[in-house]
Amino acid sequence: MSAANQISASVRPVDVAVETRPLPRLLAGLTVVTILGVIAGLYMALVYAGTDIDQGDVQRLFYIHMPAFFGAFLAFGATVIGGIMYLRTRHEKWDVLAVSGVEIGMAFAIINLVTGSIWARPIWNTWWTWDPRLTSEAIMVLTYAAYMMLRNGIENPEQRRRFSAVYGILAFVTVIVTLVIIRIRPDTIHPAVIGASPQNAQGTFELQATPGVSAALGVNMLVWGLLLPVTLLWYRIRLENFALHVDALKARLLER
Amino acid sequence: MTAPDAIIQTHALVKAFGLQPVLRRLDLSINRGDYVALLSPNGGGKSTLLRLLAGLSKPTSGRITVGGWELPAEAAAVRAQIGMVSHKVLLYENLSARENLRFFARLYNLPRAEAEARIETLLKRVGLARRQHDLVRTYSRGMQQRLSIARALLHDPHVLLFDEPYTGLDQDASRALDELLAEAHDEGHTIVMATHDLNRAATLASRVVILARGAVGFDRPSAELTPASLAAAYSEVTGMVTAR
Amino acid sequence: MKTPFLHSVASIVRKDLLVELRSRELITSMALFALLSILIFSFALELDRIAREEAIAGVLWVTVVFASVLGLNRSMAMERDQGNLDAMLLAPIDRSAIFAGKLAGNLVFSLVVGLALLPLMTVLYNRSLLEGWLLVVLLLGATGFSTVGTLLATMTVQTRARESLLPIVMLPIALPVLLAAVRASTSILTGSPFEDWIAWPQILLVLDVIYLVLCFLLFEFVIEE
Repeated sequence: MSAANQISASVRPVDVAVETRPLPRLLAGLTVVTILGVIAGLYMALVYAGTDIDQGDVQRLFYIHMPAFFGAFLAFGATVIGGIMYLRTRHEKWDVLAVSGVEIGMAFAIINLVTGSIWARPIWNTWWTWDPRLTSEAIMVLTYAAYMMLRNGIENPEQRRRFSAVYGILAFVTVIVTLVIIRIRPDTIHPAVIGASPQNAQGTFELQATPGVSAALGVNMLVWGLLLPVTLLWYRIRLENFALHVDALKARLLER
Repeated sequence: MTAPDAIIQTHALVKAFGLQPVLRRLDLSINRGDYVALLSPNGGGKSTLLRLLAGLSKPTSGRITVGGWELPAEAAAVRAQIGMVSHKVLLYENLSARENLRFFARLYNLPRAEAEARIETLLKRVGLARRQHDLVRTYSRGMQQRLSIARALLHDPHVLLFDEPYTGLDQDASRALDELLAEAHDEGHTIVMATHDLNRAATLASRVVILARGAVGFDRPSAELTPASLAAAYSEVTGMVTAR
Repeated sequence: MKTPFLHSVASIVRKDLLVELRSRELITSMALFALLSILIFSFALELDRIAREEAIAGVLWVTVVFASVLGLNRSMAMERDQGNLDAMLLAPIDRSAIFAGKLAGNLVFSLVVGLALLPLMTVLYNRSLLEGWLLVVLLLGATGFSTVGTLLATMTVQTRARESLLPIVMLPIALPVLLAAVRASTSILTGSPFEDWIAWPQILLVLDVIYLVLCFLLFEFVIEE
């Protein structure tokens, strides 16, 4: 039995147990900061920043729309890092990071799509159009939905983690395509935020406006592009670790 | 630790699939010319061990050396001296026997003339010379398994690994396989065969190893064994009545 | 000790072509599917002349991609069912040589179907598809989705869901390739000026390179335990 325990210890990652302890101080602090940040960001976006002369109040969506994409970018980036590190170390904590990244990233990508769609209704006069950037973002969301399908389709846990890591790395190509497509395809009507928009962009996001606009964008970038995804990722990782811990306890029980 | 004649050595070998460790710090040393029968209950790790030795699977931790080469770092060198036959035939159904062997000869980079001569002798030896141009899917299970052995012998490997080669074979085909294995052993090939056939293990092999709980639970030269004493030892070591 | 890379790749391609010559399983099912698809599209869309010019590239690419999914499933299932993938892994060859060999074979089959469709669609849709640039786009596009397809099919044949999983995981990853290929082909067929569409083949080329590099690097991890 002691030999068995020794093996279990060498096979079970030790830090799974670490993450199942009560809420770490840092995470508690981060949660408070994030909640305050979301409130501050909403205040900046909805009240502090001036109303756009051309577009009116609907432009305020932009303060969440663009930062949410960067939140998704960060989370999907975490999936790539998790995937690469998993393939190198075969340590399941990296797989936990990868799957958490996909779920959080999906949430942010959907926020990005929905806010964009609401904005487009009055500005482009349609909810959705098959513009290159919109199309590639839809592809991106579908790719990560396929990631979840693939994961659920594999029973062997080792194989599931390995294949998910490979797919998570490959899927990031669609994120990059979404990000760069307006630089290389001038026929999109989606405006560029940084640098000049394509000539036929309709409805601008440009920051020529008051300092209030850039301040509101800056705060929301910090909140939606960094604080919120990181905090949510951390919680999601904890949740996955709890689940793994329960599995491990079950396995140990069966071994007796 | 290093026996001079050892061709296969594992040290503290661990292989886990997710939460389940299948091999737990397995130490095993196999000498050149041994004919080892590897027994364990189903899921007991004999297939896993063979796949590790063949370099098809990477250990979770621990060391494996084959012919002095370290796995997985020197996998290509190890592969060149290993031949494997499994319960799947590892052949292309829509190619003839000769075409199958030609393809694998190319993968092992055998010179063309040498390969053709070797294929000729092997086909004769496994009794398939007359049907060498027929597609493999028209073969009986026994013929396919014999061809599979020819494939494994193609590059004249030092070590032959057999993973339950008798699965699905009738009596005649099994007997033919017994002879081929004995012949290969006489030629000096080292053989490791995973099986659940206690009789074959006791009578054909030169050494019997039983895996239990992921480690070597029993290891004896078969000269000291009878089928009956092996069966008794097996149920004692594994807690199971038969090898099934 | 190790078998040279190109020698192993050539052996695998040769073997795949020989198997196909014997059984004709792949090409038959791919071709039959492609034919059905073209026929279904032609009456489902009820195209007039102008609509046809706009839609024909889409029909071509959708048909080629789905026919390839069929072929990829077959091609990898053949390696899996009798354990042949293991047999290749046992040989002292580079893992990437197995990928390159399977990719080359799959690409050839996709191109054969694509090339056969060009004259066929020329007749059925009364619009000539035999244009030089279209061949270039066909090659670039087929390379892109065959690359991701070969990697992903190696994965999916090892899962329980098998055949049904491949299109789900492959199509989203291949869609950027498909998008660029359809845009380029449509522009070529509607006779747009060269400067307007040359960016699309360039994007295709970049995507091909990205996917080739990634898939070569990742292949090792989908075959080894």
